[in-house]
Amino acid sequence: MNRDIKCIVNGRERVLCVNVGETLLEVIRDRLNLKGTKKGCEAGECGACTVLVDGRPVDSCIFLAVWADGREITTIEGHTPAEGLTDLQQNFVDEGATQCGFCTPGMILTAQALLEDNANPTEQEIRYGMAGNFCRCTGYQAIIKAIEKTATNRVK
Amino acid sequence: MYTVDYYMEPSSLDEAVQYLQKQPHAKVIAGGTDLLLRMAKNKNDNMTLLSLKKISGLTGIHQEGESLFIGSLVTFHDLQTSSLVKEICDVLKTAADYVAGPQIRNVATIGGNLCNGAPSADSAPALLALDARLHIYGPQGLRIASIEDFYLGPKKVDLQSAEILQAIEIPITDSSRCNTHYIKYSVRKTMDISMLGCAAFVCMDQDEQIEKIRIALGTAAPTPMRCKAAENFAIGKKLSSNVLYDIGELAAKEAKPRTSWRASEELRTYLVRELSQRAIRVAAYKIGR
Ligand code: FES
Ligand code: FES
Repeated sequence: MNRDIKCIVNGRERVLCVNVGETLLEVIRDRLNLKGTKKGCEAGECGACTVLVDGRPVDSCIFLAVWADGREITTIEGHTPAEGLTDLQQNFVDEGATQCGFCTPGMILTAQALLEDNANPTEQEIRYGMAGNFCRCTGYQAIIKAIEKTATNRVK
Repeated sequence: MYTVDYYMEPSSLDEAVQYLQKQPHAKVIAGGTDLLLRMAKNKNDNMTLLSLKKISGLTGIHQEGESLFIGSLVTFHDLQTSSLVKEICDVLKTAADYVAGPQIRNVATIGGNLCNGAPSADSAPALLALDARLHIYGPQGLRIASIEDFYLGPKKVDLQSAEILQAIEIPITDSSRCNTHYIKYSVRKTMDISMLGCAAFVCMDQDEQIEKIRIALGTAAPTPMRCKAAENFAIGKKLSSNVLYDIGELAAKEAKPRTSWRASEELRTYLVRELSQRAIRVAAYKIGR
């Protein structure tokens, strides 16, 4: 069974005919060819597939594409400016918060939403806010630092 | 890709109920964070999903008279950020804080957490302690049931065919005399399922005696449960270490935990004994603060 949905992905309106069993992750990667969103566990555990739906992070692997109807979706491609990087991304680079990079798109989007909710989070708040994103490489310390640094510089 | 043969999104409860009467095998879906995972595991032919998302009136939190009403589609993130919840029953915020991680809390609903019947649901002990009433809509219209009667057995809840949980009603209590607390015990602080959850509601009278008490456990039996013997024992007593100790013993006797890879029966029994005392202690401490 198929359904037509209309949503805004990275600022651009999209009209798509999706299968009702399709996930938002599949639509983003396979139809819109936005490969920055990663497929990890496909079970809502790792956060590699995180995208923002109306500004809130969700695991797109367990979010049906039909639910995107009428919503605004931001993927890492939408977060990234046409030239260069956002301050958050640059701090990830500078702090060595990215190694293999598989978790990074999800990390960046979750961190972006976190900083919008709470411009000046404590380390504990960052850890709590990032709990749904797993990283197998960095040991998290550098990620926390990159987010802290972004917050400090933005508040200045 | 999940195998879904048919998907429908009614725009009213009546329409949903009518549809469920015609298609009793259809699965009701809210946030999907649990159901979709189960669908991925047990591939089912002929899967029909009925989504509640387009039904208006299921998403709000509001106060009416002496009760707080929480729509069944309210997410855990909504519970965390609601000023009404914080003011009237902050134990529900505490429970929501413990649930999974941000991505899940943005999507998972309190209604789904109850209706899937999981013994580990974080919202269940809190709602049992708050003595919540469930507003269930079905072919005969609305019925109101106590949450105590909702859990029938492992993963089995009292939803008759074509019935849908509409809202959760929480009676407002006098915070100068009563309070509630929830403790979740798990290996990790987040993204984990409880080894044991315990919520306690305590009301004290002028003589500092326990006037009302409810002790509720999650993951301590095939369903979330109340510890009635411990509660009955506690009524009329002053809070002392001895009384608390006896309450813990009674609660541990009533609980029927099992061994799973997450924790042994012995550890869970120990946790019931310990956490019931702590939850009561903190609930009593919070009274009037
Ligand atoms: S791929 Fe979605 S949470 Fe892991
Ligand atoms: S950088 Fe490799 S998983 Fe995080």
